[in-house]
Amino acid sequence: MSAVTKIFHARQSMGRTVRGPALVARDGFSARYDLDRVAGIFSRPAHKLAGQSYVGKILVLDTAKGGVATAWMLHEMKSRGIVPLALVFNSVNPILAQGAALGDVPMLAGFDEDITSAIPNGADVEVNPQRGVLTVVE
Amino acid sequence: MRLDGEEQEILAGKLGPVRQHALQHQMMVGAFFGAEDFVPVTQAHIMADTESLGEAGVRWLEGLAAAEESQRQVRIPTITDPRGTDFAKAAFLGHTPSMLDLEERTIVAFVKLGVIMTNTCINYQTIQAPARNEHVAFGDTGVVIYSNSICGARSNYEGGPSALAAGLTGRTPRYGFHLPQQRRATMHIRVEFTPASLNEWGALGGVIGRIAGNYWQVPAIEGIEGAPRSDQLKHFGAAMASFGSIAMFHIVGLTPEAEELGDVAQAGLPGHRVTRADVDALQRSYHSDDRVDVVVFSAPQLSLYELRDLADLCAGQQFKVPLLAVTSPQVKPDSDRMGYTRRIEDAGGTVLSGMCFYQSYAREIAEARGWKRLATNSAKLVNILGGYGYQPMLASMQACVDAAVTGKLS
Repeated sequence: MSAVTKIFHARQSMGRTVRGPALVARDGFSARYDLDRVAGIFSRPAHKLAGQSYVGKILVLDTAKGGVATAWMLHEMKSRGIVPLALVFNSVNPILAQGAALGDVPMLAGFDEDITSAIPNGADVEVNPQRGVLTVVE
Repeated sequence: MRLDGEEQEILAGKLGPVRQHALQHQMMVGAFFGAEDFVPVTQAHIMADTESLGEAGVRWLEGLAAAEESQRQVRIPTITDPRGTDFAKAAFLGHTPSMLDLEERTIVAFVKLGVIMTNTCINYQTIQAPARNEHVAFGDTGVVIYSNSICGARSNYEGGPSALAAGLTGRTPRYGFHLPQQRRATMHIRVEFTPASLNEWGALGGVIGRIAGNYWQVPAIEGIEGAPRSDQLKHFGAAMASFGSIAMFHIVGLTPEAEELGDVAQAGLPGHRVTRADVDALQRSYHSDDRVDVVVFSAPQLSLYELRDLADLCAGQQFKVPLLAVTSPQVKPDSDRMGYTRRIEDAGGTVLSGMCFYQSYAREIAEARGWKRLATNSAKLVNILGGYGYQPMLASMQACVDAAVTGKLS
């Protein structure tokens, strides 16, 4: 059995419950600007996760950046299985919410603390949108 | 969310499954942001280039388009952002038959849905600018920030699926910039430099976008001298939206909701100062090489005035490296008629229509044409293209044309 170590409450939530490894950085997110969606890695050289794979990871990032393309791209990425498992952000914009809704990618946003500082990179985390809760599991 | 009688009928499927799914999608997004109800909208604008949609997105659209005709047509004027190619120049761009096939299928599906294929990201200059307080559902961040800030209209960023949903239901969830309280300033920016060139306006927008940092921030800007033109504000807003995901700004004394600072801001907002050094530093930070492989004017699409200025600079020149100028299908015929297109193409350039460079398989173009070092006067474009494997560099329209002639960016 896993022991629950810490719980964080989100003000905004959407989607199914999932569990997986967290990929954490204090940086933004745009599917168009930041990703090589074929290779499944962050590709913008200035991004703090440049070169790292996002596939099957629970992305813990600061905020949504850039344009409207993410609203389609999460759905397209999901269709090929080259997609993050869930999105956990300090704040999101409408595009990310619209994209998560179409692409069926679970999402949490809006915490009382900086979630990118609170979650260790690589931690095993559970995203529970029904309860609006992010849990770090050990 | 509180639903009126018609919304309850749509949700119950009485107006068909397409509108039902559209409303369900809107309710998911609305609930996420705490919207209490819907607001009627008068226009929608859909970003739907096929690089973003992929096969999955095109199939999704085709599924909607297969519904019975009376159940699938949009209810309000619904227009499109740039496509993923210019069919007339697809070979030059290295676009493959499979890319063109996806584009053609997308167009067929949209036409069946009643969407007007305007293929433009400058609809506020070419189709119909929204009026003050008009609630709309616009895609393309540059369109939204211009509509909110300069026109005083009301829109959130509506991605393709949500903008199409708004077209199908005639409404959108009432949250974000549809609400008066979200339109008030959250920070004060004192600008000590009024740009002249479009690249400088874009760079200034980029600096402010980086400071502001996320969608829910609304900068109130003071210190701009004179009255900027539409093209200058277009580059300023598009870059601010691109660098910061910002959907609205006020320029005190210029934009319609901020005759005075007190109209949009309370005392004690966080303050920032922006100087010429900040603008120059942003531009310099992209100057990674002296040589260029390609020069691109795009993002946003060029107005007729920008094409006229470009044509003047191109007259009598011979380019060593390709120069691309991208405009809308509304502007292109005028550019042809006025002789601007011919002057640009006589120098060795190419004028493209109905696409935008970064929305048109930029990574595949780079691979097909061997382009890496790219000069442009668009701050928005340099911000985007790093992730596509380019070394983008930001310079004035004049310096970019000179770079096309010499192959070097001074």
